[in-house]
Amino acid sequence: MTDTPVSPSRSDTAQAVKAGLRRRYAAERRFKAYGIAAIGVALLMLGILFGTIIANGWSAFRQTYVQIDVLVDAAEIDPDGNRDPKILSRGDYEKLIKLSLREIFPDVKKRKEKRELYDLVSSGAAFDLRDDVMADPSLVGQTVSLWVPASDDIDMFMKGYISAEVAEDERRVSDKQIARIESLREQGRISTGFNLRFFTGGDSREPELAGIAGAALGTLWTMLVVLALAFPLGVMSAVYLEEFAPKNRWTDIIEVNINNLAAVPSIVFGLLGLAVFLNFFGMPRSAPLVGGLVLALMTLPTIIIAGRAALKAVPPSIREGALGLGASRMQMVVGNVLPLAMPGMLTGAIIGMARALGETAPLLMIGMVAFIVDLPKNPLDAATVLPVQIFLWADSPERAFVERTSAATIVLLVFLILMNLGAVLLRKKFERRW
Amino acid sequence: MLLLVLTIVLLALTAAGFRIGRGRALALVGGRPKDLSALPRYYGWYVALWGFLPTIAVVALWLALQPTMIETLVIGGLPDELRSLPDSQTGLIYNDIRNAIAVGRLPDDPRLADAAAHYASLIGRAPLVLSALSVAILLAGAGIGLRLVTPQLRARSRVEKIVRGLLLVSSTIAVITTIGIVLSLLFEALRFFQLVPITEFLFGPKWSPQTAIRSDQVGSSGAFGAGPVFAGTMLISVIAMAVAAPVGLLSAIYMAEYAAPRVRAVLKPLLEILAGIPTVVYGFFAALTVAPLVRETGGLLGLDVASESALAAGAVMGVMIIPFVSSLSDDAIAAVPNSLREGSYGLGATQSETIRSVILPAALPGIVGGLLLGVSRAIGETMIVVMAAGLAANLTANPFEAVTTVTVQIVTLLTGDQEFDSAKTLAAFALGLMLFLVTLTLNIVALYVVRRYREEYD
Repeated sequence: MTDTPVSPSRSDTAQAVKAGLRRRYAAERRFKAYGIAAIGVALLMLGILFGTIIANGWSAFRQTYVQIDVLVDAAEIDPDGNRDPKILSRGDYEKLIKLSLREIFPDVKKRKEKRELYDLVSSGAAFDLRDDVMADPSLVGQTVSLWVPASDDIDMFMKGYISAEVAEDERRVSDKQIARIESLREQGRISTGFNLRFFTGGDSREPELAGIAGAALGTLWTMLVVLALAFPLGVMSAVYLEEFAPKNRWTDIIEVNINNLAAVPSIVFGLLGLAVFLNFFGMPRSAPLVGGLVLALMTLPTIIIAGRAALKAVPPSIREGALGLGASRMQMVVGNVLPLAMPGMLTGAIIGMARALGETAPLLMIGMVAFIVDLPKNPLDAATVLPVQIFLWADSPERAFVERTSAATIVLLVFLILMNLGAVLLRKKFERRW
Repeated sequence: MLLLVLTIVLLALTAAGFRIGRGRALALVGGRPKDLSALPRYYGWYVALWGFLPTIAVVALWLALQPTMIETLVIGGLPDELRSLPDSQTGLIYNDIRNAIAVGRLPDDPRLADAAAHYASLIGRAPLVLSALSVAILLAGAGIGLRLVTPQLRARSRVEKIVRGLLLVSSTIAVITTIGIVLSLLFEALRFFQLVPITEFLFGPKWSPQTAIRSDQVGSSGAFGAGPVFAGTMLISVIAMAVAAPVGLLSAIYMAEYAAPRVRAVLKPLLEILAGIPTVVYGFFAALTVAPLVRETGGLLGLDVASESALAAGAVMGVMIIPFVSSLSDDAIAAVPNSLREGSYGLGATQSETIRSVILPAALPGIVGGLLLGVSRAIGETMIVVMAAGLAANLTANPFEAVTTVTVQIVTLLTGDQEFDSAKTLAAFALGLMLFLVTLTLNIVALYVVRRYREEYD
């Protein structure tokens, strides 16, 4: 009884393969679908993120204004009649605004009703009026027709974020106020226009007065400091490491160190800034100069790594040609290699700057989270930056700040997209194949 | 403002030094550049550097030391009974003087009037003294340089040596930064460990850093056991990686193996956008949209979800990390040589079988490295958790509860006003040290894995 092992015939194998084939193809399709699903999830999140930010934010670029006719009463703000700017600046303009509102609604008598009436317009109206009068003292004694911003609750109501259908005690706009808004609308005294103040104003506790100009200026100062420090230092380090450094232990240490520094969490740089710049050197808190220093240290590794890659991409023939013509190493680098590597270095610098532009955490450590109304005039003034402004507004409870936070985010994202686009175009324009 | 003018003046003087140096060199040889040992412009550079470098060094030193110097001088001029107070007290007095002068009035305490006047005069004079000093040094330096100019001077090699030195110095800044980070963290953390034993900090189960101002205050025990904080960080990182690892890896596989080049050219930059969005925007998104969504969905399912749940913060953080994982995995997959793919296809394997049993094992070190870097990102990420995770240090593994993280605690401990020596502030540096050490280790391990286990196919 010798059992010769039955070798499966050719057709058996084919059958076995065929039997499994359906299952294997199904697995293949499933696997591919997982991949598509994964990309779909990632892109969906991206879409939702942009979608919610834009949907929440676009309305902040428009603002509701109320027209009031203010009698600039000379007895009230300029009793002596000599138009002295000092006296003018101290006048009770709020009272004038209130009187003009009472003029529109003469039936308002009770205290609570009065308060609700005054709450229709922003407390910034009085400042607007003062500025107008200061700029043109001849207005005193006349009746001025002014468009003043509505208060944030009214603005939210006009934009449809506060629904009239909700029970009265659950919304921030009372039935009476809604009636008054309707009556103002019938008189043509209410309109929605471009929200210029959002782009020209500093921070404010009142959402309708809050603007991003202060934060944007702070960002500008900070970025100037970053650019002035990180770019030259980054280029110089890259040139040294790539062109001059001898291959030894010290160079290895620098190299490993730069790679690790690029991966250190940003908040650690904030701790460094707090301990060294603020506490050791006694630099001012909240200053864009210190913020710029910290961010420059953070960006430096990125710029160095990009710079080295750009230098590496310059072919040896260029170097050899220059050396062959009798140039020294330094002349070769400065005159031939660096100009060719510059576009790549600039691209790296822009990408590093874009990262620094969106950075928040290290700036919290050095006190750039203060509430600052004034626009910073130089890098030593207390300031905040756009991302920190977003962080601060995101913490505010008013509904109107949700809108403004999203709008500030849109502005920040637009800046980032422009910078990255610039980097891409620069790379496209100067990209060379050797 | 004055600093800007000073900078412009110094630069202008330096430029003048360049021209004079070059002219001087040419004049020495009667206008025949051939008789010089280097091109005339190098003589100009030589003189300019002689003037500029010492000046910059002095200005930097001055600006760094000015605050401390003025403080010492002003405190030295205080009346004796104030000067003999402990350092923290004199520091407060000095701050009073500074604040008073900053708003343009005298301090309330009449004993400080002299010191305040002294301070005001010092602050007023300092910029002028600095300007005069820097201009003088620049002129002196350039003068010395000019005297050294002779036709025999090897100006080019001298200048190149100086420039090379400058390049070397700038390349060490990265090292100095690291040393600065390590020293500042270590120094403050050691002071913290003198107050709180290190074992209690590392393993203690209770974190409540509010130290009591009054002894009878409620809830201000000042417990510094960071166990719950580390646990919370880990929980959120795990959630983040649970989102980022599958999505990132699968999309990398799809883009590297299936997608047509044109589709890939669109998809890849789109995914990279996720990496470019500022973290504060993610934080706002998490707090505004995701957290309420998670809470409501949990409510529908009958779960009790905290409004600042770990799940919301972790999931959004995961989305942020997707591009890190996917681009590093993509690189690793792309590095697998085609011969392996072709061999597998030749044996009859389908594409997904090839990916699973040939390509992924070959690319594993790179993928693991990418995942480790992703974890390190998640641990160090700050804004998302500050805005969307809680402050209470709960020791829990339930993703629906609020937990806190190391970075959140650092931010809460250090924003707001407090004196620098309290255990609370120092605790932030101890947490920072832990954060630095852990992320550094992860990065080093990731690099090591990638290098050590990379298969060589050539």
